[in-house]
Amino acid sequence: MLNKYPLWKYLLVLSVLVLGLVYAAPNLYKPDPALQITGESSAQLIDEDIMARALKALEDEGIEHFGEVIDPQGRNGLVRLRDAEAQLVAQARVSRMLGDGFIVALNLAPTTPKWLSDLGAQPVKLGLDLRGGVHFKLEVDVDAAIERRMEYYLNATKRALREERIRGYVNLDKRGRLETKFKSESLREQARAIVAENHPELVLDRQDEEGSWNLYANMTEATRKEIADYAVSQNLTTLRNRVNELGVSEPLVQRQGQNRIVVELAGIQDTAEAKRILGKVANLEFRMVAKLEAPQSEKQRYEYRSADRAGMSEWLERSVILTGERVSNAQASFDQNGRPNVQISLDSEGGTAMSRATRNNIKRRMGVLFIERKYRTRYEMQEDGTEIAIKTPYDEKKLLTAPVIQSALGAQFQITGLDSPMEASELALMLRAGALAAPISFVEERTVGPSLGAENIRLGVKSVQIGLALVVIFMVLYYRVFGVAAVLALSANLVLLIAFMSIIGATLTLPGIAGIVLTVGMAVDANVLIFSRIREELRNGLSPQMAIHAGYERAVATILDANITTLIVAVILYAVGTGPVKGFAVTLSVGIVTSMFTAILGTRAITNLIYGGRRVEKLSIGGGV
Amino acid sequence: MKVINFMGQRKLAMLFSFVLLAVSIGSLATKQLNWGLDFTGGTLVEVHYSETADLTAIRNTLETGGFAGAVVVSFGTDRDVLIRLPKGYSDKQGAELLGKLQDAYPGSVELRRIEFVGPQVGDELREQGGLAMLLALGLVMLYIAFRFQFKFAVGAVVALIHDVVVVLGFFSLIGMEFDLTVLAALLAVIGYSLNDTIVVSDRIRENFRKLRKADPEEIINISLTETLGRTLVTSLTTMLVLLALAIYGGEMIHGFAIALLVGVAIGTYSSIYVAANMLLTMGVSKEDLMIPVKEGVEQDDMMP
Repeated sequence: MLNKYPLWKYLLVLSVLVLGLVYAAPNLYKPDPALQITGESSAQLIDEDIMARALKALEDEGIEHFGEVIDPQGRNGLVRLRDAEAQLVAQARVSRMLGDGFIVALNLAPTTPKWLSDLGAQPVKLGLDLRGGVHFKLEVDVDAAIERRMEYYLNATKRALREERIRGYVNLDKRGRLETKFKSESLREQARAIVAENHPELVLDRQDEEGSWNLYANMTEATRKEIADYAVSQNLTTLRNRVNELGVSEPLVQRQGQNRIVVELAGIQDTAEAKRILGKVANLEFRMVAKLEAPQSEKQRYEYRSADRAGMSEWLERSVILTGERVSNAQASFDQNGRPNVQISLDSEGGTAMSRATRNNIKRRMGVLFIERKYRTRYEMQEDGTEIAIKTPYDEKKLLTAPVIQSALGAQFQITGLDSPMEASELALMLRAGALAAPISFVEERTVGPSLGAENIRLGVKSVQIGLALVVIFMVLYYRVFGVAAVLALSANLVLLIAFMSIIGATLTLPGIAGIVLTVGMAVDANVLIFSRIREELRNGLSPQMAIHAGYERAVATILDANITTLIVAVILYAVGTGPVKGFAVTLSVGIVTSMFTAILGTRAITNLIYGGRRVEKLSIGGGV
Repeated sequence: MKVINFMGQRKLAMLFSFVLLAVSIGSLATKQLNWGLDFTGGTLVEVHYSETADLTAIRNTLETGGFAGAVVVSFGTDRDVLIRLPKGYSDKQGAELLGKLQDAYPGSVELRRIEFVGPQVGDELREQGGLAMLLALGLVMLYIAFRFQFKFAVGAVVALIHDVVVVLGFFSLIGMEFDLTVLAALLAVIGYSLNDTIVVSDRIRENFRKLRKADPEEIINISLTETLGRTLVTSLTTMLVLLALAIYGGEMIHGFAIALLVGVAIGTYSSIYVAANMLLTMGVSKEDLMIPVKEGVEQDDMMP
């Protein structure tokens, strides 16, 4: 019969709607203010004991708390608070009780009921512009990393030519290439063979000038890209470790494009602190292990960093052979006997210093120190009785390893005597991190205060409500019963939109709210197309049932064409855009998809339920027909 | 239903469009766009004062505090102040500026937001925005050429370019700030205007195939008349929500809402008087839209 859906179609529409309601539901639950406790280093786990101390701090202060949990891996603990006002005081107290070595962060814990979260339903993530926080964009100077590598080639080549007694000019030219000049063609060919053998990854190019046979060596595009990628991912790891120290709940550290890294920290107000930690340098020092007979004034005692050798220490000479800036690369590998080692490359200055220091010290041991900037917190009572935390920086120096020098070392050497491949790779990571793979700079910084974030939400929601109300009034007045169907579909559309965004884990931003508003406006279009078509068919003399049928049938093709083109635009926006453009594109494209569903299938189901399968004299669709 | 003679006025409309475009391009060439921080780079600080802010005093504080050339304006209410530092200031200075303001003011100065954008990022964005728009236009053109016919694709794209240029011209003329959200709005205008144009084109195609009379001008008039109701209702509802956004949405998306309002208005106009007009100018005919005759059984269905 005309205009009657088979049962499965009604069930489809109904089940999609129910699913939408379920997955949109978590957004109705207001999150609890909470404290999140994590260890400063990843080795520091949170246990019952630590939790109990934290709770005691809260009880001493009379702050109401509940629902404390420790995550299964013991990486962090969470305490919920009754009162948002008390959050800051609570943070200060707990932080003081636990002392340095723990990070106590403000958090908002979701209150989604268990049965909902068991279904995987989570509230929509809010962007920084809606909840306050900082957004940093950092740029990795990959050119510096590439330059550093070229310098390494320069030194290696200089040395190799010297060893072979090939005389010639060797340097980097203005374009960053390795430039060598020789007095004869045969010298150049010898040099070429050496370079080609040592560095097969370099591209060689002969060029003759008057009286000079030149050879240029340069990296391939692939090698450059590899170095750049390596520098960025190395920095990404380092930044992640540093961000963890800030104790922000759900921090975001991700790569963007060729050489950018985006860091987003929700709820952070002290941007100066955040920037200091992000820009913090870890460093290395190479020093000789002091001779036993060395006087006290010339040596210092350092403890080992690794947990395996906790409590053990060595006496090192005070004088520093070289620091981490001179390390251009470090890689874990195995020696011919299959024992783990770390291959280290130094730059030219580093190479010179190292060979000078090691030449006469074979069979002695050399220590590698890891230096990290840390903060000590001290609490000071103010005159007005309030207490403030004072953070003083200090450099923590710990010994990574102290291997025996087997032979005179140059710009390239290896550290052996490591216990496991794991230790080797960790040491390599430390050595590389010590000399950040490439310098980073801040190219963008956006901070949104929490009150502005809250205001943005309030205004956004308000304008969606007002806009929706206006549309509802208009549609019902203009299209009567069909208008009501359209309004129902529109509301379902909003629910589905929110549900969909929750499911795919998209982040809602202020422009995203604008996208929703626009979706509300445009989602109506599909219904308007259908309804005006039905009116037209009625005017053309079709019976109500035929008109409904023809109206839907004919309008659908138009709706598809129109929406697919808009979807193309939205997808391009998402692909090319950043920040607000992307946020807008997400809601717009999701909105288009859900609105097609609700406008075509949804209103049809309602219309069919009302008018389908019976004799109808007149349709309530307004417009005097 | 009485057919409205839309195309009767096409010469006049064309003149109107040319004037709009000329004014827009003229303004873009002479006044340019008032590029926002996202595109120029620089530092922007928004603060909230506990009482009415004295802009002159703030300017003086900044001037003596070493922030020469800072632009100080009120933002939304008389307690909210927006301060812009031109290029050349570094990311560190936002916090320093805030400190200076706090020292100079007895009440509370609350930080609402700080934004710092390095100049090279801005340049990239401009390129990226332009690229996004070109890419969108290109792909859309392909889709329409494939789904409709080449002349329709040209009509739609010319209408889109028309709309984008006019909205840009509007922003240039009234000197409103052009930031990333406005760019997003502009791209949304492309989406909206396209939506409108496709609906109209769709009806024109249908009528060319359905109606016996072959006079393109009349067919286009009939199609436009038939879709007019829908065009107006959709524009109206969209504008209603945009108005809500412009009035109640807050300062941060004000530019977005305004750009879209202008865009929706001009997009509605252009789907009639630019896209349809282009079709006539290019001499669209029944032959352009004949359904390609396929071989086999389907052929029988098409026999009268």
